[in-house]
Amino acid sequence: MDFPMILQVLDATIRFATPLLLACLAGLFSERAGIFDIGLEGKMLAAALMAAAVAAVSGSAWIGLLAGIGASLALSAVHGVASITFRGNQLISGVAINFLAAGLTVLIAQSWFAEGGRTPSLQGAARFNPITLPGAEALRGVPVLGPIYYDVISGHAILVYVAALLVPLSWWVLFRTRFGLRLRAVGENPASVDTAGISVVRLRFAAVAICGVLCGIAGAYLATGLQAGFVKDMTAGRGYIALAALIFAKWRPWYALYACLLFGFLQALELRPDMIESVIRIKVQGQLLSALPYILTVVILAGFVGKAIPPRAGGEPYVKER
Amino acid sequence: MTLMTRLFGASAALALSAGAALADPAIIFDLGGKFDKSFNESAFNGAQRWADETGGSFAEVELQSDAQREQALRRFAEAGNNPIVMAGFAFATALEEVAADYPDTKFVIIDMVVDQPNVRSIVFSEEQGSYLVGMLAAMASDSQTVGFIGGMDIPLIRNFACGYAQGVKAVNPDATVITNMTGTTPAAWNDPVKGSELTLAQISQGADVVYAAAGGTGVGVLQTAADKDILSIGVDSNQNYLHPGEVLTSMLKRVDNAVYDAFTAGDMVETGFNVMGLANGGVGFALDENNAELITPEMLAAVEVASAGIIDGSITVHNYNSDESCPVHQF
Repeated sequence: MDFPMILQVLDATIRFATPLLLACLAGLFSERAGIFDIGLEGKMLAAALMAAAVAAVSGSAWIGLLAGIGASLALSAVHGVASITFRGNQLISGVAINFLAAGLTVLIAQSWFAEGGRTPSLQGAARFNPITLPGAEALRGVPVLGPIYYDVISGHAILVYVAALLVPLSWWVLFRTRFGLRLRAVGENPASVDTAGISVVRLRFAAVAICGVLCGIAGAYLATGLQAGFVKDMTAGRGYIALAALIFAKWRPWYALYACLLFGFLQALELRPDMIESVIRIKVQGQLLSALPYILTVVILAGFVGKAIPPRAGGEPYVKER
Repeated sequence: MTLMTRLFGASAALALSAGAALADPAIIFDLGGKFDKSFNESAFNGAQRWADETGGSFAEVELQSDAQREQALRRFAEAGNNPIVMAGFAFATALEEVAADYPDTKFVIIDMVVDQPNVRSIVFSEEQGSYLVGMLAAMASDSQTVGFIGGMDIPLIRNFACGYAQGVKAVNPDATVITNMTGTTPAAWNDPVKGSELTLAQISQGADVVYAAAGGTGVGVLQTAADKDILSIGVDSNQNYLHPGEVLTSMLKRVDNAVYDAFTAGDMVETGFNVMGLANGGVGFALDENNAELITPEMLAAVEVASAGIIDGSITVHNYNSDESCPVHQF
């Protein structure tokens, strides 16, 4: 195992972690406000389709991003209406969104482009291309730190850096602003917020909308940043892994970053059986490597994280008067 | 009067359905849909070629869910369509049930074996086609390292990998073949993001030609290979056009030929077990204007010699399914 190999794995870690992190932060806002959301997967998928489709037609990844956010927001609105306005079961609403997105995306892609539920391959400005951070070329020669900055930190799509900046921003919003305090309170004890004369419904809708925007960015990153188009079911369970990361992170932004990086690292490691072999000198079965992230999740969750306590009012629709 | 009209209508409808019963062939596409740029589309092209050449017509349906398999089969059999072609291994269970109920109808299933007297089972020698593209990969590689990215880890896909590895080693015994499978669940067929990352990981291990046998995941593999300026190899249909000049070739599985032959034979189609290999045009590799500059005359000559050798039996390509192991590669 040599230095460039480690850099490659860390580079892959960041690409894997970014959609997880965005979805995890999305879930964090929603669940902190007391709305469980297992529809992250479906929202990402819908956003991936719309981002790719609109980018393909308009030729601009940014317009695609807006369309992706729009699609995700629309599904968020469905979730909000079902679980906040009509006080439906939040889990069932989330599952319904996942099914809806899985079916509808393929149907729409097929009827628009007739390419077997795919969008056309995106070229040039229709994709978020890798950007080189300032100074990366100049510092490349610096031992150790230069290559780390050049190979690992620089050279990703801009949405990766957006996701990274969203971590401190989320922390600041949730823990340093009045809006954040109210949002957290609504997830713990909505009655007290209501007593203070603040609308529970409005706060929860705001949280669900933020969740929609973040899922939209995550989906757009998958389809127009990591890939050059939409392929059916391309989220491949990342929304669910983000939910696991959220529990891991105990509903805190910084821990969410660490949890997502850990999951990303494990997924990146899975791609390099040769590296694992060179370290432990045993040929590891591919199936075992595929299971590794999940095994470690169970081990770490059971052994190290301690008790993860969800927001107290999570999953319960708020009824003003009983 | 109205009674008369109805009677006329009824007899007209009867005449129409009698017309349709004149043994038009039928084809059922699997869930991927007939424009999937791969397996099903290849089957559709074969059917369309038959229709264009003979002026005949055929019945077709695209399945929307697993539950429709048996229903679609029975509908076509009741309507008198003959033969009925199914594109995809997933029809096996439904066909086992239905075939016995319609002994006079001939069924053709692709990629799977169903042991019934009125069923023709067609399987492809993927290892032979993969052997040829493996040779091309080894000859095109400068780094002596080539990659293989499979979809779901199943024996069918390992057979692709094994044939590929044998072809690579035949050209260059010292070459390294890196194989990765995307996953162990059906989600592995549609994870282009992971396909991209696997490609990047193989590139960092020195691979400069990557062969994807991974369904929708392969879209990510071919994309990343093109982005990073290395060569890739497509699968099933001719995927050379996806990234002109960057896709070395595509391993062709001539599902279209299988469908065309079945339609041409009509209700006289021969039943039983049928292997489509190099010898009968079942597998091969794609050469068109998109990759003409990548394949040198020497490469082409070498592959043609090997192809002739496989057909006359002087070269045997090991089939992974025969003993669940590969002589030149360990998974």
